[in-house]
Amino acid sequence: MAMDAVASPSSNRKLDTSALRQSKITGAILLFLALITALIFAQVEGGDAVFRLSRPTDTWALPNLVVPAGPFNWVAVAILTFLGVRQWMSKTGKGASLALGLGFAIFIAAFLVWATAGKAFSLTGMLQATMVRAVPIAMGGLAGVLSERVAVVNIGIEGILLSGAFTGALVGSLLGNWIGLIAAILVGGMFGFILAALVVTYRVDQIIAGVVINLFVLGLTSYVSSQVFSEYRFLNNAPVFRAINIPILSDIPVIGPMFFQQNIFVYGALIMVAAATYYLFYTKHGLHARSVGEHPQAADTLGINVYRVRYVHVIMGGMVAGFGGAFLTLGLVGRFDDNMTNGRGFIGLAAMIFGRWHPVGALMAALIFGFADSLQQKMALLQTPIPSEFLAMAPYIATIVVVAGIVGRSRMPAADGKPYIKE
Amino acid sequence: MDIELRGITKRFGEVVANSGVNLQIKAGEVLGLLGENGAGKSTMMNVLSGLYRPDEGEIVIDGKPVQFDGPGDGIRAGIGMVHQHFMLVPVFTVAENVVLGVEPTGPFDSLDLKTARKQVREINETYGLEVDPDALIENLPVGIQQRVEIIKVLFREADVLIFDEPTAVLTPQEVTDFFKIVRALKDAGKALVFITHKLHEILEIADRINVLRAGQIVGECLPGEKTDIELAEMMVGRPVNLEVEKKPYAPGEVLLDVKDLTILREDDSLAVDDVSFSVRRNEVVGIAGVQGNGQSALVEALAGVHRVAGGTISFEGKDITRTSARARHKMGFAHIPEDRLKNGVVTNFTIAENMVLNSYYDERYSKGVSMDWNAVNEHAAEYAAAFDVRTPSIFETLNHLSGGNQQKMVVAREMSRDTQLMIAAHPTRGLDVGSIEYIHSRLMHARDEGDAVLIVSSELDEVIALSDRILVMFKGRIVAEFGAGGRPVDKNDIGLAMAGATL
Repeated sequence: MAMDAVASPSSNRKLDTSALRQSKITGAILLFLALITALIFAQVEGGDAVFRLSRPTDTWALPNLVVPAGPFNWVAVAILTFLGVRQWMSKTGKGASLALGLGFAIFIAAFLVWATAGKAFSLTGMLQATMVRAVPIAMGGLAGVLSERVAVVNIGIEGILLSGAFTGALVGSLLGNWIGLIAAILVGGMFGFILAALVVTYRVDQIIAGVVINLFVLGLTSYVSSQVFSEYRFLNNAPVFRAINIPILSDIPVIGPMFFQQNIFVYGALIMVAAATYYLFYTKHGLHARSVGEHPQAADTLGINVYRVRYVHVIMGGMVAGFGGAFLTLGLVGRFDDNMTNGRGFIGLAAMIFGRWHPVGALMAALIFGFADSLQQKMALLQTPIPSEFLAMAPYIATIVVVAGIVGRSRMPAADGKPYIKE
Repeated sequence: MDIELRGITKRFGEVVANSGVNLQIKAGEVLGLLGENGAGKSTMMNVLSGLYRPDEGEIVIDGKPVQFDGPGDGIRAGIGMVHQHFMLVPVFTVAENVVLGVEPTGPFDSLDLKTARKQVREINETYGLEVDPDALIENLPVGIQQRVEIIKVLFREADVLIFDEPTAVLTPQEVTDFFKIVRALKDAGKALVFITHKLHEILEIADRINVLRAGQIVGECLPGEKTDIELAEMMVGRPVNLEVEKKPYAPGEVLLDVKDLTILREDDSLAVDDVSFSVRRNEVVGIAGVQGNGQSALVEALAGVHRVAGGTISFEGKDITRTSARARHKMGFAHIPEDRLKNGVVTNFTIAENMVLNSYYDERYSKGVSMDWNAVNEHAAEYAAAFDVRTPSIFETLNHLSGGNQQKMVVAREMSRDTQLMIAAHPTRGLDVGSIEYIHSRLMHARDEGDAVLIVSSELDEVIALSDRILVMFKGRIVAEFGAGGRPVDKNDIGLAMAGATL
């Protein structure tokens, strides 16, 4: 009976663990990637892929990176196959995430080499573009972190980004770029306040309130841009913030152009991520914010005003998103186009999840999405046989893969999405 | 610090939760407050903490009347609350939880956790609490979490500590430790209020006892003056029977046989570790154990709603390890889930709808794609009456019923057919004495009719009263067996086994 069972050793049992199931799936994905690499990317007729690491203007130039396409990709096939078989056969199921990340990196490298074979391609330029494209996504993600850490789901970030872009263009055209930027931040904060009022005070469903903001902003800005901006072009012609080179640091090869030859938006984003990290995890008010997101009732009984904390952080999130949106107009092109955010707010939310509700994590995830985004741009220029429409899907496919792979495992703030009702 | 409540009345619309309550809380004394769920204990607590403002009456502290306007006012006046459901943030450390809201800070609003840790250690030493300030709450056993709650109110310099059902989640050993802490606090001159419905505990720890029923104080006595039966009758307001009546133990053939069962949690940690046991007809097997030692996963796996990682479950000799919950239900499994609100009922559905949640697809209740509501209503009315579910009508939604009536509805649904195996997890948690009596008698009836019954409970008294055999679970394993074929049933020994001691 029961007593004998207790005495028996419990090691060496074959158990159906979720790690093992995960490992099998990972193995299958890796083998599939190996197959694609072998059938498509490795089928190149000679030719080297040339990656330029420096530009002619750089102070310290690095030599070009020359990769023989065929051999490189066969090596990639071999590594992918090895990783896949190892995961498939694994008895412990350990290392699945690591192998998957490594596998995707190799797969993308193989893709790049295949697409560049016989041509030349500026790697540094792509990394710089990665940073630029990551900024609005990272700001969307940071806005998400700020509001979800106090348990408010902010689907409206997409709309708030768009409102920031629009306000930046309009006010920037009239009153100059600095005032345009401030106006964009204030409008973002205003939408944050509207969302907070709807979901915190009136307990409107958080998803619906966010969707309403998205639709409202999209409708309004599209109307104004098609009816007003087309007539009065001077309203949509804002001065753009120029890049500021940081002395010395900007001369470092590869890293310099990516981080230190950018405009104030990129620097501002990096500073905000650092400040938010310090604020959330090392200050008293950050502790209050996190307690409200995890256990609002506990916070309430300890005299923390749950509603006020939620308002403040959702508004701060809105301001961050307004800043990120303004980047699209004041930091890049100087003019507003219909729906120019094009889903970056939603990708920002994915970055927040991938980054485990941490500002630095969200930035890292945003860089991955930014990479996918700039990759598709550059690939279109290289004229690969893949239709550009498919390439344009890259950031969204990256989102799906990342979110599907990570969502079940990362832990959101315990009270996320739940309204707090005082007793 | 002494506190007096004078004629406190609190109404919620039509409902009078407290009516003219007078209460005296004195420094250096433990006041026991005895009352069933719904007697108005929590309302009174919330009045004292400042969360509710009384409609009539006043709170007098050291002779001076005071008025509380918000949740923070109680603690500012020195009244600290240790809630039944801990108010702790699981992903924070002990020190972070203790200082939350009153943090020591350095420059730039930075948290001064060093000072916080030091202060936690000082309180630790003064009252002998022994809590690591850097441990994460989610990694601590509930007994220690409760101490963190105590440190929290002491850190805020409370002179009055109110404990709401403090022993509900503790093992017998933890209760002993907890009582030591209570006595240390008393000796330090704190005033303590101990709210519970457990008679023997109040007799052990209280210096003075007040009994609360239907929002009013119905009696006051000293521990020596009344027996537990007399106190129970004061609390319930009618004669009660604390014993469970059952026929002599005469087990039949083995019905449920579990072999080498291993169950994993979502993160692949072991929930149930290589467990084997069997349950026979006409037998009640009780599984005792502190919450979180694998009982929940075991019950879910038996009911067919949790994946089994290794081992087998057989029923009447057939392997059913991978059969669905519905297939098991059709074999005669009845399952009273441990959290009725989460897994047992749909609170926004009516009693009639809830009553057929497990059998709506049956030919009796549906024709083709449409439900036969007349048949459903007839069935629901019959069983609501048979199982004493007190409700104005079967069209009442479940959230309008008391916990006891909700639970009786679950029991009615699960027993409203020919069952073979009854799996009951915490069948009487949070219920009043009347409902407990009733559900116990129903479970015993099932056993005497030839069912195999498996009961999981953290209430040791309940397990002992109902079970023919008792298995103790600790860290996912069955570590001891008591009753027929095992050790003699001894409450102390079972408590030790629950705490992981080897006997």
